[in-house]
Amino acid sequence: MSDALIELKEVYKSYYRNSMEIPVLQNISLAVPEGEFLALMGPSGSGKTTLLNLIAGIDRPSRGRVRVAGTEIHSLGESDLARWRSRNVGFIFQLYNLLPVLTALENVELPLFLTPLTKRERREHAEMALQVVGLADRMKHLPKQLSGGQEQRVAIARAIVTDPPLLVADEPTGDLDKTSALEILDLLGRLNGEFSKTIVMVTHDPRAAERAHTIRQLDKGELV
Amino acid sequence: MAFIPFGYSFRNLWIRRVTTLLTAGGIALVIFVFAAVLMLAYGLEKTLVGTGSDENAIVVRRGAESEFMSMIDRPSANIIKSQPEIAPDREGKPLAAAEVVVLINLPKRGSRKPSHVQIRGVSSESLAIRPQIKLKEGRLLKPGLSEAVVGAAVAKRFQGIGLGETIRFGMRDWTVVGLFEAEGSGFESEIWIDSEQLVQAFRRPVFSSVTLRLASPADFDSLKKRLESDPRMTVEVKQEKRYYSDQSEMMATFIRVLGVFVTVIFSVGAMIGAMITMYASVAARTMEIGTLRALGFSRRSILLAFLIESLFLSLLGGGPGLILASFLQTVTVSTTNFATFSELAFRFALSPAIVLESIFFALAMGLLGGFLPATRAARQNIVEAFRAA
Amino acid sequence: MELLRLIFKNLTRHKLRSALTVLGIAVAISAFGLIRTVIGAWYSGIEASAPNRLIARNAVSLGFSLPLSYKESIRSVPGVSEVTYAHWFGGIYIDEKHSQFPQFAVGAGDWFDLFPEFLIPLDQKSAFLRERNAAVVGVKLAERFGWKIGDAIRMRGMIFQGEWDFVIRGIYRGAQKSTDETQFVFHWEYLDERLRETEPWRAGHVGWFVVKIADPSQAGAIAQEIDQRFKNSIAETLTETEKAFVLGFISMSDAILVALRIISMVVIGVILLVLSNTMAMTARERLSEYAVLKTLGFEARHLIGLITGESLLIGLLGGIVGIGATFPAARLFEDAMGEAMGAIFPAFEVAFTTQVACGLMAIGVGLAAAAFPAWRAVHIRIVEGLRRVG
Repeated sequence: MSDALIELKEVYKSYYRNSMEIPVLQNISLAVPEGEFLALMGPSGSGKTTLLNLIAGIDRPSRGRVRVAGTEIHSLGESDLARWRSRNVGFIFQLYNLLPVLTALENVELPLFLTPLTKRERREHAEMALQVVGLADRMKHLPKQLSGGQEQRVAIARAIVTDPPLLVADEPTGDLDKTSALEILDLLGRLNGEFSKTIVMVTHDPRAAERAHTIRQLDKGELV
Repeated sequence: MAFIPFGYSFRNLWIRRVTTLLTAGGIALVIFVFAAVLMLAYGLEKTLVGTGSDENAIVVRRGAESEFMSMIDRPSANIIKSQPEIAPDREGKPLAAAEVVVLINLPKRGSRKPSHVQIRGVSSESLAIRPQIKLKEGRLLKPGLSEAVVGAAVAKRFQGIGLGETIRFGMRDWTVVGLFEAEGSGFESEIWIDSEQLVQAFRRPVFSSVTLRLASPADFDSLKKRLESDPRMTVEVKQEKRYYSDQSEMMATFIRVLGVFVTVIFSVGAMIGAMITMYASVAARTMEIGTLRALGFSRRSILLAFLIESLFLSLLGGGPGLILASFLQTVTVSTTNFATFSELAFRFALSPAIVLESIFFALAMGLLGGFLPATRAARQNIVEAFRAA
Repeated sequence: MELLRLIFKNLTRHKLRSALTVLGIAVAISAFGLIRTVIGAWYSGIEASAPNRLIARNAVSLGFSLPLSYKESIRSVPGVSEVTYAHWFGGIYIDEKHSQFPQFAVGAGDWFDLFPEFLIPLDQKSAFLRERNAAVVGVKLAERFGWKIGDAIRMRGMIFQGEWDFVIRGIYRGAQKSTDETQFVFHWEYLDERLRETEPWRAGHVGWFVVKIADPSQAGAIAQEIDQRFKNSIAETLTETEKAFVLGFISMSDAILVALRIISMVVIGVILLVLSNTMAMTARERLSEYAVLKTLGFEARHLIGLITGESLLIGLLGGIVGIGATFPAARLFEDAMGEAMGAIFPAFEVAFTTQVACGLMAIGVGLAAAAFPAWRAVHIRIVEGLRRVG
C-alpha cells in the first residue's frame, strides 16, 4: 500500500538488562493507511506499548525500518526526531501527563511554542482545540481542579492543537470511570471521523477496541 | 511509646544518597570552618600561654601592653633584682633577667616580604629561668660578642638566618651561632642576643623588662604590692603566664568573633539545606507515614524517627568535617600578633572542647533543620496521607 | 521565550522549598559579602595612599625612630618638595579598650599640606597651630567619643610616660570614602618638650618622615637617594611609597587574609551544595514531565533553558536578598567587634565591587547547580521517563 501513513518493515526491538538481551518485538511488519483507527491489544508484556512508542518516534527499533507520514524516522537524529514529532504526532497518555502548574489553556498551548505562531494565534488555536473537546468553559482551570475525564480531554486537545495527521493513545481510558471512558472514546471516534485523524490506540479494554476499525493482537512480541 | 527502629531512619538516608550527600557535604564544610577557626584561636592561645611559666613574674613599665613598648632604667632594674621574693641560683645570685626587646625587619623566606621579628637581648639568667629552651644546633651565646641564637620557628620562616650566617642591624653584623627550640612556645619566634651588646649597638640606655623566678608562686602578691607602690619607678608586675595570655587576647578574640560570626551565618545556609532535604523526605513518604500511623505508631514516634534521621544526616556531615579539620593540626601559621607587632608562629590545635563544640554544633544544625519537617510528618492525618499518595 | 512563564510557575510549585533555598543562598551570599568587606577594609589604607608621598622610617623596624635633623637633609634631595614627620604616640584614653585609635605627634606646621585629603576648616586649622597642646581629630573619632571643639582630653602615655592634656581645636573630614577619619593628631613639639626633661635620650626623634615628591614616576630614584644619604649612620632609613608602606603593614597579617579567602571559598561551596540539592530534587521529581515535553517535540535546549532558568532565578533571588542583607550584617559585625574595630579598619564599607562579586557568584552558582539536573533531563530516554509516574 503506497498510501499507508505508517509502515513498519521487519522491526525488532530488544532491551538489555544485566547484559541479557530481552526481545520485546520480533519481526513486526505493519502498514496503517491514512484515516485508520487501529487498536493494538494483547496481554501485558506483549510489547504493544513498545510498538506504539516506535510508531510515535519516542523510541527506536533495534533493527528494521519505520516509516511514518513520509519520513524514515528510524534514521532521524534526536533533535530532528523531536521536530518531526511536534509536527506529525499527537500523544494521549493513560495518566494524561498534564503539567500541574499550567492551566488547561496553557497546557494545550504548550506544543505551539515550537511553531512560529504569534501569541494571539497560539491562543486562538488552543481555544479552538478546547472547544473541540468540549472544555471551552474550563480554560482557566488547573489540572487538579478537573476530573479525570476532563483532564484526558485537555490532553486530547493538546494532542490535536498542532493538527498532526497521527494521534497515538496509550490506554487512554485505563484510569477512567465508565462514563468518562465512553466520552473519551466518542471523542476519539469523532476525531477519526470528522477530522480524519489516523489513530493508533493501545488498550486492553474490549469496549475501547470496539470503536476501532481494525484490531491487531500482539503476543510475546509478535503480531498475530 | 513504640519506637521506630533506627534502621528505618538510616536506610532512608541511603535511599536518597545524592541528596543526603549534598546536604551532608554542606554541613561538613560548615563544621570544617567552625572547627578550624576555633583551632586557630586555641593554637594561638596555647602557644602564648605556653610561653609563660607560673613560677615566673615579669616586670614592665605600667601601661605597657608588650615588652617592646616598655622601658625600665638601670637603677630600677637593680632595685627589682634585689627583691627578696626572687629565687636564688646555685651560687646564690637572684634568678632575674633584665632584658631588652626590640623589633627588626627581616625578609621572609619565599615571598621575601619583610616582617617584624622580635629580638630579645638576654643575660645569663635568661636561660636559667626558662628551662623550656633547648639548644638544638650549634652553641649558646658567649657574653661580649656580636652573636645571635635563633628560635626554630624564626629560622624556618625567615631568610638568611641559618647557622653561620650573619644578620645586619645596629651597624653591626651578628653571627648566628645556635638554634633553639622552646616546646612550641612564643620564644621560638624570637632571636636572642647578649643584652649588653644590644644596648650598645642601639645606644639605648634602658631595659624593656625584668623577668624573674619566684622562690614560691605564693610570693607573687607581696612582690607585686611592693614594686608597684615603690615611688622610684612606675612599673607593673604580672605573672608571666598571664602576661603572655593577655597578649593573645586581642588576636584570639578577633579570630573567634569573625570566625564564629561567619560560621553561624553560613550554618544557617547548611541548616536550610538540611531542612529542604528533610521536607522532601517527608513529602516523598506521605504514604509510608500514613501506613506507620495506621500500624499504630504514635505521632511522637514519627517525630522522633524523622528527628533521628536529621541528626544522622548532621553527624554524617559533622564527622568528616571534623576529621578534615583535625588534619590542620600539622599546619603552622605565622602572622603578626597585633599586641607585639612581631611575627608569631603557631599551630592549629585541637582540644576535646573543640571536638565537643563541633559535634554539638552539627547536632544543633540537624535538630533545628529537622524539627519543622519532622513536625509536619508527625502532624499528618492518616486518611489524608493515603488520599494524597 | 514564553518558557519564562513556565519557569516562574515551576518556581512556585514547591513554595516552601524555593523560599528556603533562596534564604539559604541569601544567607551564604551575605556571609561572602561580609568576608569580602572585611578583606576590603584591610586594604582600604592602600586606596587612601597617595602616589606622590613617600614614607622614610628607620630601616631596623618601626620600633626605632629617626633624628629630626634628617628633615633638612631629606628636603635637599632633588625632587622632594615638602617634608613633614610624625611620631606614634600610643596613649590610653579612659582605658585600654577605648584607646584603639591612631594617635600621632606630627609636624603641625605642614601636616595638612601633605595630607590634603584631611579637610579642615581654615579657622580651626589656625586655632590648632596657635596652641601647643591643641589636637585635631577625625570626625568619626569625634562622634565616637562625643568630642566637640574646645573639649579637654587627658591621655595616659604608654610609650611616653605621664599624663598628657590636649584641647580639641579642629575636626577634619575625609575627602574620600577611604580616608581614615579616626586619627588623633597633635603637635610633635608638645611631646618633645616633655621628653627633653624626662627622657632626654629619646628627645629630638620622630617615628617617620612623610616626603612629598613632585613627580610620582621618580619615586624609586628619590627613595634610593634618601636612603643613600643615611647609609652607615646610626639610624639608616628605609624609604618607600606610602602604598608600599601600607602594604607592608597588611602583609604582616596575610595569614589571616589567606584564612579569610579560604573561608569565602568554602561559603561558595555551601551555597552550591544547597542549590544543587534543591535542583537535583526538583529534576528527579519532574523527570516524567521532562519526558512529556520531549514527547511533544521539545528539544534538549528547551529543557536546559527550563532547568537552568529556574536555577538561575533562585540563585539571583538569593543573590539580591543576600546583597541586601550584607549591609545590616556589616553593621552588626562592626558592633560585635566593638571598639577594636576602629584600630584595625579605618573604613568599613560594603564596596560596589563586593556587590558585583556577590551577584556574579549567585549567577555562577545558579549555572553550576543546573548542570547535573539538566544533563539528566537531556539524557533520560523518553520511554524511561514516562514510566516514572509522579
